[in-house]
Amino acid sequence: MTMPDMSVDIAGVKLKNPVITASGTCGYGREYLTFYAPEELGAITVKCVTLEPREGNPPPRVAETPGGMLNAIGLQNPGARYFLENELPWLKSRGATVIVNIAGNTVEEYVKVAELIDESSSDMIELNISCPNVKKGGIAFGVDPAAVEAVTRAVKGAVKKPLIVKLSPNVTDITEIARAAEAGGADALSLINTLLGMKIDVKARKPLLANMTGGLSGPAVLPVAVRMVWQVSRAVKLPIIGMGGVHDTESALEMLMAGADAVAVGTAMFYDPYAPIKIRDGLLRFCRENGYRSPSELKIKE
Amino acid sequence: MTGIVLSNNKILSYANYYDLRFKITEGEDKAYPGQFLHISCGPGFTLRRPLSICEVEGGVYRVCYEVRGRGTERLSKLEPGDIVDTLPPAGRGFSLREECRALLVGGGIGIYPLLWLAKLYGKRADAMLGFRSRALVHMDAEFAAHCENVGVITDEDGFVTRLAEEALAMAAGQGRQYEVIHACGPKPMLRSIAALAERYGVSCEVSLEERMACGVGACMGCVCKIKSGGAYEYKRVCADGPVFDAREVAWE
Repeated sequence: MTMPDMSVDIAGVKLKNPVITASGTCGYGREYLTFYAPEELGAITVKCVTLEPREGNPPPRVAETPGGMLNAIGLQNPGARYFLENELPWLKSRGATVIVNIAGNTVEEYVKVAELIDESSSDMIELNISCPNVKKGGIAFGVDPAAVEAVTRAVKGAVKKPLIVKLSPNVTDITEIARAAEAGGADALSLINTLLGMKIDVKARKPLLANMTGGLSGPAVLPVAVRMVWQVSRAVKLPIIGMGGVHDTESALEMLMAGADAVAVGTAMFYDPYAPIKIRDGLLRFCRENGYRSPSELKIKE
Repeated sequence: MTGIVLSNNKILSYANYYDLRFKITEGEDKAYPGQFLHISCGPGFTLRRPLSICEVEGGVYRVCYEVRGRGTERLSKLEPGDIVDTLPPAGRGFSLREECRALLVGGGIGIYPLLWLAKLYGKRADAMLGFRSRALVHMDAEFAAHCENVGVITDEDGFVTRLAEEALAMAAGQGRQYEVIHACGPKPMLRSIAALAERYGVSCEVSLEERMACGVGACMGCVCKIKSGGAYEYKRVCADGPVFDAREVAWE
């Protein structure tokens, strides 16, 4: 029995294994260091950075829901320059592969922050056009194919690093959005971002989140994410990072079989900080025991 | 970190307060007063529950809590011998000033993180405890066993802020003012205590609470408003707190 090669290639960047952390769930990598080293994973996708610092939404920002949770953080971050000076060098010095998630209020802002990140030591850029919790930017760009293509093209034209576009599930036909990103020059796709949801505090008789609505994540969204990865993988030729409810080896396998080239783990880390490591080890074991030589062999062909 | 449950008893037979004690079986027991444990409620729960540490002794953790929802309801079902799954003690706790005279002010379940302080300060501390009703008074005897003076008040008679004010006024009159106040409880209470501390010129630490996700400082879920320059910024209760200098908090 030969040892499977678990490394994967996403738009020319080699990841040592197909397990990535999802943006917003592991900060800039430091906080989970007490549990394991960030370079143990295929890549770290850091929390979204914007050109200027953002204060984020008022609390409460999070709520548990059946099989998942809602969040409305509102992209709180210290700004691109602070990130580049104080967070990225450390993460890179560890040997981690780093994907930087970026957002802006306007196409110009997306381009500016992308240019800053492009000059850094980070490995890839993930375009966040799907955050449901900010009024400007974010999802406003992600639900209209023409806007997706335009912002993707503008950013792609300004950077040399591989560009991943992160898609919103809050659309009628996600393949249409995926094709628009591909047409705009995306090198890879991440899907899905959170589903727009709401929770009512029945004792107070009002929405629990101060932002009223929030993004749903966790195991509850897994079937939606798997379905969308399946559809998108058959609609475009781009590599796909599958995310949304990945919380154990089986759910990661579902993503990879549906058509993802790698998976990202997010909300699951809140319950079990070791979830990404367990999934990494579980995928290796599954491939070894079932004769798959690489994660790409898991994909269902039809 | 994991532990084995030694006991998980109701504190009052007719109320929903529980006293969980467990012995560490894996992980270290380095904790400070004011820190919290991010405890798993078992399968089916996406988020852990942050519970303040009541005290730690000889590898035995004591965590008291009120059943407020599905998660704490599940925790209340833990029985001796069951496993407790928690992240290691986290957060910035109270800054202990053992040589100082301290005033502890707790409201409701906010009294729990103060008990360890009561033990450490001993007779150098006075404790003022507030409860919703006379029937819900508890743990006051434990405070009395450690502190010099313990005052108890319930909503029928007034708020704990009144006791705190009386204690501060008396101490000032005697020329032996407290050097520090440690407080935990509902936000309106903490805001009033912060104002009192300001008025009497006593430094004050408050322990804040917010709905929490990761519990390690990564997700920015559990933020509170902290003063910054002339404005404010959102800081993480789990990593920058839960204990903050009362003057730093941007009270609303």
